[in-house]
Amino acid sequence: MNFFHFLGQNYADVLELTLEHLWLVGWSTFFAIVIGIPLGIAIARHPASSKPVLTVANIIQTIPSLALFGFLLPVPWLGDRADRLAILALTLYGLLPVIRNTYTGIRGVDPAVVEAGRGMGLTDSQLLFQVQLPLALGVILSGVRVAIVISVGLATIAAAIGAGGLGEFIFRGLAMVNNQLILAGAIPAAMLALLADFSVGWLERRLQPR
Amino acid sequence: MPPTASERPAIEFVDVSYVALGGLAVLSGLNLSVRGGETLVLLGRSGSGKTTTLKLVNRLLLPSAGEVRVNGVPNSQGDVIRLRRSIGYVIQDVGLFPHFTVERNIGLVPTIEGWPQERLRPRISELLQMVGLDARMASRYPHQLSGGQRQRVGVARALAADPEILLMDEPFGALDPLTRAELQQEFLALQQRLRKTVVFVTHDLREALRIGSRIALMDAGRLVAVLAPQDFLRSDDPLISAYVRAFGDGPECTGNNRGAE
Repeated sequence: MNFFHFLGQNYADVLELTLEHLWLVGWSTFFAIVIGIPLGIAIARHPASSKPVLTVANIIQTIPSLALFGFLLPVPWLGDRADRLAILALTLYGLLPVIRNTYTGIRGVDPAVVEAGRGMGLTDSQLLFQVQLPLALGVILSGVRVAIVISVGLATIAAAIGAGGLGEFIFRGLAMVNNQLILAGAIPAAMLALLADFSVGWLERRLQPR
Repeated sequence: MPPTASERPAIEFVDVSYVALGGLAVLSGLNLSVRGGETLVLLGRSGSGKTTTLKLVNRLLLPSAGEVRVNGVPNSQGDVIRLRRSIGYVIQDVGLFPHFTVERNIGLVPTIEGWPQERLRPRISELLQMVGLDARMASRYPHQLSGGQRQRVGVARALAADPEILLMDEPFGALDPLTRAELQQEFLALQQRLRKTVVFVTHDLREALRIGSRIALMDAGRLVAVLAPQDFLRSDDPLISAYVRAFGDGPECTGNNRGAE
């Protein structure tokens, strides 16, 4: 039985697990953006706080994913459902690239532009929303892109704690020494990562200020 | 010449000192009045405190001691945003917003101030004409302009909301000599018409002599003297004559701008 034959027979399962995978990646990316961008803005404004924040985000990134899933397991409410737990862990991993790129993007705006804006009488928020964020957008989006790609990859491991997703196939395949099963998880996951990378890259180019 | 200058100085520095973060005294005991409608040039070498003096006017910096008054009122009173919007600000690096067209760059402050389109549109064309730019430039982006054109937009943007005071920090410093001369000439013509109170920072003596109604020489955070251009060349103050000598035989007082006199 070749791989495509397998896909043809199990497309309903593949589809379901892909959707589960997207569910995990989607929410965790959403949270990483919603938390990471404001945090990045905050540390860009108060550079003294940038070091501790980035260090913590960095440390989180170094925790092996399987270990992080395990650590979070006993947490009440979160531990009740595996997908909650997986989303939290993936969010934590996604934070670093989003925070770091928001910070670098804003700090990287031409100081003359910021000075001119301030001298003209823009308020802090006008400066942020009309000047700094639009000009930092490209850098911020490439951070989001990295976060998504990381998340798609790590979400396969979430299957180890029963959160579902394409990792199910991979773990099942490993247990059964069945390469087709492994590929049925790995190939769609890789395709998802490529697709996300491509579409955010496209968005990045579309929104890039001249 | 009509008497455009008001009795009250437009800008006043009273015993102003500024100490930078590292404890370095950038300005000490500065007393200086800028008359309404004149072009006061702050002249001096790098690090003499010219730019700091300028930034104290629109509160980009706060004095460590003393007081800066704008139209008789200490500028520490009242809203800093209002203050800045009533003062035009032009810097050497221009600082145009690269993601906005020329039109949006010029119209940003009026737009934020809530000007309706029917007032903003004609104002933008008026300003473009004023600074010698073709109306077709309105839809261009800054990266599509030459250095001289960019600085023209910078000046138009500073004039957009018709401020009484204009602060210019080496505005023509990054331009080639021909473009610089051209912009100086146009600035003079514009200033003849508009009679803004201008504080103009430069280290170029020729530029100072050419466009200033008065020249304030600064050295190491202190004001050396404030003189009319023709008196500046005749002065026997050692610091002034050293500055004049540094420019060789070239400088002469073309005396185009008698401003508030």
